[in-house]
Amino acid sequence: MSLTLPARDWYKPPVGAEKLWIGLALLWCFVMSLMMPYWHFRGKQNSRGEAYAVKPMDFFARAEKFAAANKVGERDGIPIAEPAPGGDAYLVARMWNWYPILKLRLGETYRVHLSAMDLQHGFSLQPLNMNFQVLPGYDHVLTLTPTSKGEFTIVCNEFCGIGHDKMFSKIIVE
Amino acid sequence: MSNSALPLPAAGAALTRKCDTTGLNVCLIAERFIKLNAVCAVVFLLVGGIAAILLALTRWQAVHLLRVDWFYRILTLHGLNMLIFWILFFEVAVLYFTCTIPLNARLFSAKVAWAGFIQMLVGAVMVDYIILNGQADVLMTSYLPLLAHPLFYLGIILVATGTLTGVFNFFATLYVAKRDRTYEGSVPLVTYGATAAAIIAVVTLLHGAIVMIPTFTFSMGWTPQPDPMWYRMIWWGLGHQSQQVNVCAMVSVWYLIGQLATGAKPLNETVCRTAFLLYILFINLASAHHLLVDPAIGATWKIWNTSYAMYLAVLASMIHGFTVPASVEFAMREKGHTKGLFGWVAALPWRNPGFSGALLSLLIFGFIGGITGVTLGTQQINIIAHNTLRITGHFHATVVGGTTLAFMALAYYVIPLIFRRDFIWRSAARLQPWLFGIGILFVSLGMSFAGSMGVPRRIYDIDNSGAFGPAAHLMLGVMGLGAICAVIGLLLFVVLCVGTILFGARNAGRPMADWGVAQALPGSREGSLADDHWAVKGTIVLTGVFLACFAVYYFANWKALADVWPVR
Repeated sequence: MSLTLPARDWYKPPVGAEKLWIGLALLWCFVMSLMMPYWHFRGKQNSRGEAYAVKPMDFFARAEKFAAANKVGERDGIPIAEPAPGGDAYLVARMWNWYPILKLRLGETYRVHLSAMDLQHGFSLQPLNMNFQVLPGYDHVLTLTPTSKGEFTIVCNEFCGIGHDKMFSKIIVE
Repeated sequence: MSNSALPLPAAGAALTRKCDTTGLNVCLIAERFIKLNAVCAVVFLLVGGIAAILLALTRWQAVHLLRVDWFYRILTLHGLNMLIFWILFFEVAVLYFTCTIPLNARLFSAKVAWAGFIQMLVGAVMVDYIILNGQADVLMTSYLPLLAHPLFYLGIILVATGTLTGVFNFFATLYVAKRDRTYEGSVPLVTYGATAAAIIAVVTLLHGAIVMIPTFTFSMGWTPQPDPMWYRMIWWGLGHQSQQVNVCAMVSVWYLIGQLATGAKPLNETVCRTAFLLYILFINLASAHHLLVDPAIGATWKIWNTSYAMYLAVLASMIHGFTVPASVEFAMREKGHTKGLFGWVAALPWRNPGFSGALLSLLIFGFIGGITGVTLGTQQINIIAHNTLRITGHFHATVVGGTTLAFMALAYYVIPLIFRRDFIWRSAARLQPWLFGIGILFVSLGMSFAGSMGVPRRIYDIDNSGAFGPAAHLMLGVMGLGAICAVIGLLLFVVLCVGTILFGARNAGRPMADWGVAQALPGSREGSLADDHWAVKGTIVLTGVFLACFAVYYFANWKALADVWPVR
């Protein structure tokens, strides 16, 4: 009984169905544990957390330089920047917008640098539903390969104050 | 015998009473603090519940009730009152119960109990006041560089130190009971599970102190701002591990109610106790689950700590998920309910709200909370789940459908046995766990499906971005309807508890009014199946179904991940 004192000789190894279940459960845990290193080497979607320390204003300066050098258009006062295939792109998260808008080419790989100016933000790419954390002071690098065309929406999914729900942008893939 | 550590009794006053239902000796000091903590727990549950319905009716965009500033304010209030205050106060009550009454022991110190209780209460009231005053719109996690009023952090520190004081009282009581030989041999399983919860609570609350003290001093302007990534890592050492405290307490409640309602006893004490030990040993780095798509943390760290050494804490939950229903089935079969695989299920005491609450808790926790939790907490799969409503869908199944419902179920015994009043409105009480359980099931499913479509958690409005369509809105509607049902269940629970404590018929001098227990058929005999190690056929099938659901959901998520853009 769970509320009353156990018999003196309560220590005994599992038997029968209980033993079988422990074995099965352990095996399943083993499978799940191996899936992650397997995907790390063989899968294409991983979060390695590649990051560099950066002062917010330094990061913003890099992003402005990047946007000026790669500007291909403008939407609602925010520049659209198209990085060179294989090159670096910068994306600033701040209350309450993303800067600049990125234009990428299908099948090319980019190093997208994410960082925040003020609070923590969340990079959530819809409708793909890919999500990454964005922190001030951290240059978070995603090595990203768009494999579908169209206009994708970035929504912020980390609470960042009263205008949080109005913080969104686009990634255009052609 | 040295009793100097115990407070001196008032002249002539008894220190214990004999329970009229169970025959156990009840320490009157422990009883007083079980009452105090349980009452406070229910008050904070009510605050959190009112907040819950306001939030659900705001996120259900067809209603969109609150203004934006109040939405985040009430969200902060909801998280802290439900996840921290309701649960911690109730857990202290559970700790004081498990270290005294089953061990025939007396609580170590009333003074220490007061000290802990007052710290917790002052802290919790301080936090709620600051939030409602609009000075802490930082949500429960208060991620730096968001900054709240210093009293917000101080309040949380007080709740943590108050709980630690209560946990100290628990351990001191265990020590004194062992020293004075109030019981023989090993402690009962319920006390063992509570001890596991208390050990994890110490580790958890120390994390809380490590992260909250420098944040408090920063908010006072005395020290520089702690690093936001460091804050996340240590904060989740508090935030996620504390949920394992809940799991331990909840599983202990399952075992306890299994015994009270069906006479179940563990098939093998060694297995059950080892599973609790696994929680203590392998839960330490569960904070990793919140950092899987964070910068500056490598894949090795993420993978190792995701599985905290091969998912051995998950193994523990899977063991309890077998042993609890198995012990009930075994007891039912020994009572003569042996027809087929599931003949025993029909004879369970379904009308007993304690039993139905615990059973729903087990099913919701296992099938929804457990499966989603392990899957979403897989390092790479987290990419398609982080900060979406899938996460809230998961933990409303574990903490609300699991822990809160188990604690409600226990209240159907705590109030008659400790407050010594029989429940009012017994038919409504029999309905209450179903209302709450089914409501929260739909809350969880609505959130999970909306989250699969990318809908973020913790956001006021999803329409500005134009990224979400009618299907997402439908799921938020399912969540909203589920929340209405669950909150009605919650309010009914509060009314039943308060009404019973104030107006329930006194049962002192007689056993509590019976909720209904499983009946033995004539000719059945306890111990008749003692040597049949495969008797629990229904549980074998149920757990097999569980494992199949788990595997399907798990691999379906890998498939969904494989469909998004390559990223590293």
